[in-house]
Amino acid sequence: MTMPQSASSPHNASGGPGSGRGITIPPVLARTLFLIVAIGFWELASQIGWINPFTAPPPSAIWGGLIQIIQAGELGAAFVRTFLEALAASAIGSIGGIAIGWWLHSGKKIGVAYTSWVAAAASAPLVLLYPLFLVIFGRNSSTIVAMGALGCMPAIILKAKDGLDGVRPVLLNVGKAFSLTPRQQFRMIQFPAALPVIFTGIRIGLLFAIINVVGVEFLIAFGGLGQLISDLGDRFDYPAMYAAIFFVVLVSVAFFYLTEKLELWLLSSK
Amino acid sequence: MAAVEQIGRAGKAPAEFWTVNRLRIAGIVAILGVWEIAGWSGLFFRGVLPSTVFIVGSMAELLMSAEFYWHLAVTGFEVLVSFIIGCFFGTLVGLVLGTRKFTGDVFEPFIHYLAPTPKIVFLPILLVLFGVGVWSKVALGAISAFFPMALGVAAGVRQVSAVLLRVGKTFNLTTMQTVRMIYLPAMVPPIATGLRIGLGISIVGCLLSEYKLAKAGLGFLAGQYYESFAVAHMLAVLVIIFIFASIGNVLIEKYVRLPGPGDVKAHR
Repeated sequence: MTMPQSASSPHNASGGPGSGRGITIPPVLARTLFLIVAIGFWELASQIGWINPFTAPPPSAIWGGLIQIIQAGELGAAFVRTFLEALAASAIGSIGGIAIGWWLHSGKKIGVAYTSWVAAAASAPLVLLYPLFLVIFGRNSSTIVAMGALGCMPAIILKAKDGLDGVRPVLLNVGKAFSLTPRQQFRMIQFPAALPVIFTGIRIGLLFAIINVVGVEFLIAFGGLGQLISDLGDRFDYPAMYAAIFFVVLVSVAFFYLTEKLELWLLSSK
Repeated sequence: MAAVEQIGRAGKAPAEFWTVNRLRIAGIVAILGVWEIAGWSGLFFRGVLPSTVFIVGSMAELLMSAEFYWHLAVTGFEVLVSFIIGCFFGTLVGLVLGTRKFTGDVFEPFIHYLAPTPKIVFLPILLVLFGVGVWSKVALGAISAFFPMALGVAAGVRQVSAVLLRVGKTFNLTTMQTVRMIYLPAMVPPIATGLRIGLGISIVGCLLSEYKLAKAGLGFLAGQYYESFAVAHMLAVLVIIFIFASIGNVLIEKYVRLPGPGDVKAHR
């Protein structure tokens, strides 16, 4: 999976063919209008029978489904469970990832030997290994957390190593001048200096952790939001199932947006 | 002088190379050793971590069975079709978003923020729309491949030099000619990246949907072996999947990175 760089990337100066036609509607307004029109069209098409309301329920029914799973307490409980599993996975992945990143950074030949392995793991479809974790840990939260941690670790390792490699030599020399021990050097100089880059890795890693956690929950029908979607689908409660799916998408988008802003703030304050 | 430098390099290189190589061999030996020891230690239930010898044996058995090739063909078809569909629409949308500023400003945030969502959760909708056959898997794989391709192409379009676009205008190129003769050749690297990522996640999309609900395919086969606790066979299928995914990656890396007709000019 790719991590998009920025939504607000500047367009080509020349704008390319077809750009700059004098449209003055602000993009945010146009985006909102588009969403309203799309939802309205969906509702209308479903009501008059253009779309099968059983397979694609109208937005009003989906809203009803959302209220139903909120009132039943299913959504809240599932969200908390997924959140805790993702948090545990991210914590394990972050601690392990930073430790391995530091190990790859500190041993030059070790870095050369194994960084390419980690890069290969970062692009490999590791989530496909979940049956292996199922036979090791069983069908429980441990499998979900392990898959989440496995998913987020390669990105954190690579960024931790990048961040530590990029610490300015002058800062390290200051540490040497104060006779800092290697541990003090790491805690007081290397880690704080590398933190913005490490945070980028943690942000990407967290996203992978959420994707893996929800995905495995859905596949093994155990846990939080993923299991909720699977159960609602099995019950043919499609309005509620659509509501749960949109909720997962909204949570992912909100999380991605917030961490992106936090990352920009960290990088600007570096 | 050059000869001295060459001798110097030739003298130094093998020592460093072998150290790194030794480390890599040691890494492989350590991983296999830990696996074997863990399997025999009694820490896990018997058969949970089968010996690598059994896994290799299972791989050989699978590769000699006709049934395996039927599942491989099903997965190959799903991945190929979904990859083509996802990349086609991804390229199309990426070109529109990258070349039309207003359209990009309005719609790119949707793609940007939807890209990192777990696509597997859309599977129940796709199962309802397309059934449990191959097409629901193709749809999920295509959705997965679409996002990196669209974002990669849109970003690539914006990197195209403004000078080239002005040259195109001077020659009165139509929009299609501009896309074909300026944008596409200049965008070989971002397209290659999009293709590589797209292939990886369309494989994941197809196989995960096969794991969940399918009648054939490598994901389905691995699921069957898991349910019958044939762990060595299940791992053999996983290893084969990883090998095919790596081969696909290598092929894209090798052939798509070749510069297009205008690639050199575009990067000057």
